[in-house]
Amino acid sequence: MSEQEIEITDQSNSLNSDKPAMTKEEYWRKNITCVLSLLAVWFFVSYGCAILFVEQMNKIQIGGSGFGFWMAQQGSIYVFVALIFVYVRLMNKLESEYAGRNMNGNKIQTQGEE
Amino acid sequence: MDVKTWTYLIVGFTFALYIGIAIWSRAKSTKEFYVAGGNISPISNGMATAADWMSAASFLSMAGIIAFSGYGGSVFLMGWTGGYVLLAFLVAPYLRKYGKFTVPEFIGERFYSKTARLVAVLCLIIVSVTYVIGQMKGVGVAFSRFLETEYETGLFIGMGIVFFYAVLGGMKGITYTQIAQYVVLIFAFTVPAIFISLELTSNPIPQLGLLGNVSDGAPLLQKLDTVITDLGFGQYTNSVMGSKLNMFAFTLSLMIGTAGLPHVIIRFFTVKKVSDARLSAGWALVFIAILYTTAPAVAAMARLNFTKTIQVGAVGKVEGNIEYANRPEWFKNWEKTGLLKHEDKNGDGRIQYYNDSNKEFSEIASGYGWKGNEMVKIDNDIMVLANPEIANLPGWVIALVVAGGLAAALSTAAGLLLAISSSVSHDLLKGILMPEISEKKELRAGRISMIGAIAVAGIFGIYPPDFAAGTVAMAFGLAASSIFPVLIMGIFMKKMNREGAIAGMIAGIGVTLFYVFQHKGIMFIASTSYMGGMEENWFFGIEPKAFGAVGAIVNFIVAFIVSKMTSDPPKEVKELVDDIRLPKLDEA
Repeated sequence: MSEQEIEITDQSNSLNSDKPAMTKEEYWRKNITCVLSLLAVWFFVSYGCAILFVEQMNKIQIGGSGFGFWMAQQGSIYVFVALIFVYVRLMNKLESEYAGRNMNGNKIQTQGEE
Repeated sequence: MDVKTWTYLIVGFTFALYIGIAIWSRAKSTKEFYVAGGNISPISNGMATAADWMSAASFLSMAGIIAFSGYGGSVFLMGWTGGYVLLAFLVAPYLRKYGKFTVPEFIGERFYSKTARLVAVLCLIIVSVTYVIGQMKGVGVAFSRFLETEYETGLFIGMGIVFFYAVLGGMKGITYTQIAQYVVLIFAFTVPAIFISLELTSNPIPQLGLLGNVSDGAPLLQKLDTVITDLGFGQYTNSVMGSKLNMFAFTLSLMIGTAGLPHVIIRFFTVKKVSDARLSAGWALVFIAILYTTAPAVAAMARLNFTKTIQVGAVGKVEGNIEYANRPEWFKNWEKTGLLKHEDKNGDGRIQYYNDSNKEFSEIASGYGWKGNEMVKIDNDIMVLANPEIANLPGWVIALVVAGGLAAALSTAAGLLLAISSSVSHDLLKGILMPEISEKKELRAGRISMIGAIAVAGIFGIYPPDFAAGTVAMAFGLAASSIFPVLIMGIFMKKMNREGAIAGMIAGIGVTLFYVFQHKGIMFIASTSYMGGMEENWFFGIEPKAFGAVGAIVNFIVAFIVSKMTSDPPKEVKELVDDIRLPKLDEA
């Protein structure tokens, strides 16, 4: 599966060079969207499942204890690890898209300073 | 061979290894001294970061704290791992893109102000020095208990080892030693955990053992809940620490403190490029998670083993409690250190361990002829060290745990000392006092300030100041309230200016320090206060250790208001921000 994805990235890379350059504002917006959506998961598993709604979560049983307790002591940590690797992947993709569209003579467009 | 011989052997071997690495990896330039040459691979850096990060507190104290606070102790597990998500998403890649040597250097340049850089240096030194004292103390204690040296002798040996590889090798020496130290400490933490999990639940993987069944078929966690509630303690799986809001603030404080600790951030300066910094944060968390997911299993199992060692039979029956004369060998050993204390209150020659602040159960207990909890002192810190002894594991396992504890303390101490010395030689000296100093001289200054930092840490280790008890937690609060917000604003708010940043840092760290000092009595006398009642005068019931989160919010608000009232940052600074936000075209 991973090989396939790399291939797709490579393709999109060469395709991207035909697209207009990505502005720094567009790049930054995409980056922020990516980070915020992953942080929503981060918040949900730790502060949500393991603290705020722990009683509700504890109604689900797992190995002799509640799911909320398990999330607090185990589950949230596994999710954190996964989140960083997902982030690494998404950002590498975004960066290569940015590079693909902005190299090959495409000039980086800048919208005026805010 | 007895435990002492094993300990000499294993600790001696690891120390020889660290010295060997030091000789092999001497630093020749400031770039090697500050950032290990800048071409460490993401996995190696992840491993070094994990050792840098996991201190004596993670290795020795955390499982013990969780053992005695149950669900409430989860704040440490989530706080000290969830911070890496913030570090990876919001801090590490941008500071790597900036591509210089220290955290104050970034703050100074981003906020075009030597004052800002100076305030950042001060925050960094306060945070790192308070943190390093705890590590030095840990080294001294481990030596005195297991190698039976004087506390000071242990401390001097520890200082000598750090001196050797940190002064010679700088970041380069520290990086390679930390990789070795990670291997030692993770091995030392997981091996006994596997044995104990196997013994208790017949499952060799502690993470699964936590969910497994004990020999009588009941799930481990249910069994633990029953055993301790029978003695009047709160349930293990749902005892809240203080209040929900307190747990929320505490977790947040630890998370943002983690993402603001300079000695961790500078580790990400050692990799080649930005994408490596992100990846390496992921690897760091993998290596950390191995210990952090094992710790709660160790905690639950240790609590069960410990309680059942004392309460050998039915509660209320005379023979249900172990006779003091028949107490196990490890019990006697720890009594000698004063970290474990028994007082025969009812004079029956047996040990009663129960929750005497639970009124209802106290009445029942007095019916049994019990006159109060007789385990008058159980130090959290002994649980990890005593665990292999409680479970009757062979001598080499115990020796391994000692070597692991030392590795954890030394690796963190070295990282902190580097953060301190680089901010002195690079920020204070080169950046502010003597800008025209040559590289060779700066390197020498770096080494000298490293020696100075080791000496200061050693002196504080021998004469621990009164506030030493709460220092690590305080370091987090201070990093959370000062360094983290200013970094975030520097990266994500282009319009944040010099005035806002300085006012924010001072307000954040000021409010936090004020709150901590206000409650100093509470915080520093009763180190286990969160297990008792909440203090009425705490701000919304938030304990001082958890106050960093509030300090951070104050920092953000003050900075925002001040920056609105003062002028925008100059154009070059906005360009700098653009530059750290965007990928390098040839790297992506």
